[in-house]
Amino acid sequence: MPVGREGKETKGGGLALESPIIEARDLVKDYGNLRAVDTISFSIRPGEVFGFLGPNGAGKTSTMKMIQCVSPPTRGTLTVFGRDVVGHARTIKRWLGVVPQETNLDPDFTCIENLLVYARYFDIPAAEARQRAESLLAFMQLEEKADVPIDGLSGGMKRRLILARALVNNPRLLILDEPTIGLDPQARHLMWEKLKALQAMGNTILLTTHYLEEAERLCNRLVIMDRGKILVEGKPADLVRRYAGDEVVETESTPEVISCLEEMGCRYEVHGDMVQAFSGQPKVLAKRILDTCNPGRLFVRRGTLEDVFLSLTGRELRE
Amino acid sequence: MRLDVPLPSRLAWKVWRRNRDVFFKTYRVNFLPPFIEPVLYLLALGYGLGMFVGDIGGVPYASFIAPALLAISMMNSSFFECTYSSFVRMYYQKTYDAMVATPLSIEDVIAGELLWGATRSLIYASAMLVVLLAFGVVSFPSSLLVIPFSFVAGLLFSGIAMCFTAISPSIDTLNYPAFLFITPMFLFSGTFFPLSVLPGPIQVFAMAALPLAQVVTVTRSLTLATLSPILFLYSLAWIAAVCTVLFFVSISLMRRRLVI
Repeated sequence: MPVGREGKETKGGGLALESPIIEARDLVKDYGNLRAVDTISFSIRPGEVFGFLGPNGAGKTSTMKMIQCVSPPTRGTLTVFGRDVVGHARTIKRWLGVVPQETNLDPDFTCIENLLVYARYFDIPAAEARQRAESLLAFMQLEEKADVPIDGLSGGMKRRLILARALVNNPRLLILDEPTIGLDPQARHLMWEKLKALQAMGNTILLTTHYLEEAERLCNRLVIMDRGKILVEGKPADLVRRYAGDEVVETESTPEVISCLEEMGCRYEVHGDMVQAFSGQPKVLAKRILDTCNPGRLFVRRGTLEDVFLSLTGRELRE
Repeated sequence: MRLDVPLPSRLAWKVWRRNRDVFFKTYRVNFLPPFIEPVLYLLALGYGLGMFVGDIGGVPYASFIAPALLAISMMNSSFFECTYSSFVRMYYQKTYDAMVATPLSIEDVIAGELLWGATRSLIYASAMLVVLLAFGVVSFPSSLLVIPFSFVAGLLFSGIAMCFTAISPSIDTLNYPAFLFITPMFLFSGTFFPLSVLPGPIQVFAMAALPLAQVVTVTRSLTLATLSPILFLYSLAWIAAVCTVLFFVSISLMRRRLVI
């Protein structure tokens, strides 16, 4: 599998393991009066899967576009592969693989032609391009669709083909902007499987998502962004433990339960007709609620990244 | 506007090749018009209307309009490629977004589009020239020079088109330049009747400002093999100058639209 071999090579090849793949310092992006990215700093190490989470308009895509060298930063410094994005776009882009949020496959071509034409933009010789295209189609389970026009593909197939296209130049860094957006569960799981495989091969992957489950499954480390700022950074499990606890008590939100929780002085959040209570000792808390607050239904469940996310970014709707 | 000149690289040809590949994938649709169109116009106007017109300055009417048909074809094939087709690729298909995620810069992408627009002009004019030669309404071999010239003329109209594409808010607003600029030019550039029958000021305006008038002048000199050197050189210089300026201006406008 050529992807894997190259993936491993790129992990160590050329770059010292210690030096970060991406380094951002006080990065700002303004669109007119709108500040989309507000003074953020982060660094991404070789071989890790790093996630950007956040509600719509958090600044995730703007950050990705700056890393991809297609949108110049307003202020701050941003280096990719140790090179400043300003002035080194062509070099940096040669080593990037990009899966954009919007499907932008070329509808004038078939699947394999999409890969071959794209390979040409990277100056990959025709024979080598064909070889890579064929093995990438196989890896993405699209061999049978090689000669099918783009219109004839399902949503999941299109996303997989875009991922194949992003790998055609054996990138040192893979950038995925909402890789599974709009996919049904089967297609999403297949996409995750492929990303897991790429991760296991040692690829450095940067992804944005607002599917929390996706981030929990895939990311070694992530940041949660909101309104252009980074709110927290860490490993998914650590963040869950820190902000939600290992387990969350969830029960019906009746005035009785609320006043009861107030009395106990424990942290809780109401959403809809349910209330979530957080505690270091969830089982004890659950028992106390059952004994004294007369709740309807009550569950103790595992804390998730979604709890962290909602408690940090609030519940108001973003559009 | 920024003053730095946007310089595309050799990678622009990759964009050109992408468009060429698509063109030849659908060659059956693409090659029919340049063969059928001149035949229809020649029959209807050249021979039909020409019966009543007779000669224009000693030139049979069919031979008079033959270079105009070539010039119009150069204009349409490149202008419509770099307006509607480019807009579709830019806005609907997101082809440019996909391209700039590779080592290609936006300057390369637009330059490739312009070069392709020019190439379409060359392909269509050459195909049409074959038909016109068969009808014996253009002279041989001087009219062969139309082939290289059609590339330059195509680059001119591609540049004009790309400027409109860069500032057009939607695909519908491209109808304005198509109907208010291209259509009048199609009629009033010395195409189907000589400019000299128009009022003086309009003649001056046409020769000073209308790109098609210049292209018709040059093409007609080549197909009739009769040269009025001053006018010919003036039109050629006009085309070269405007073409060069618009090549860079259109790239610059596009960069302003797309790099945010």
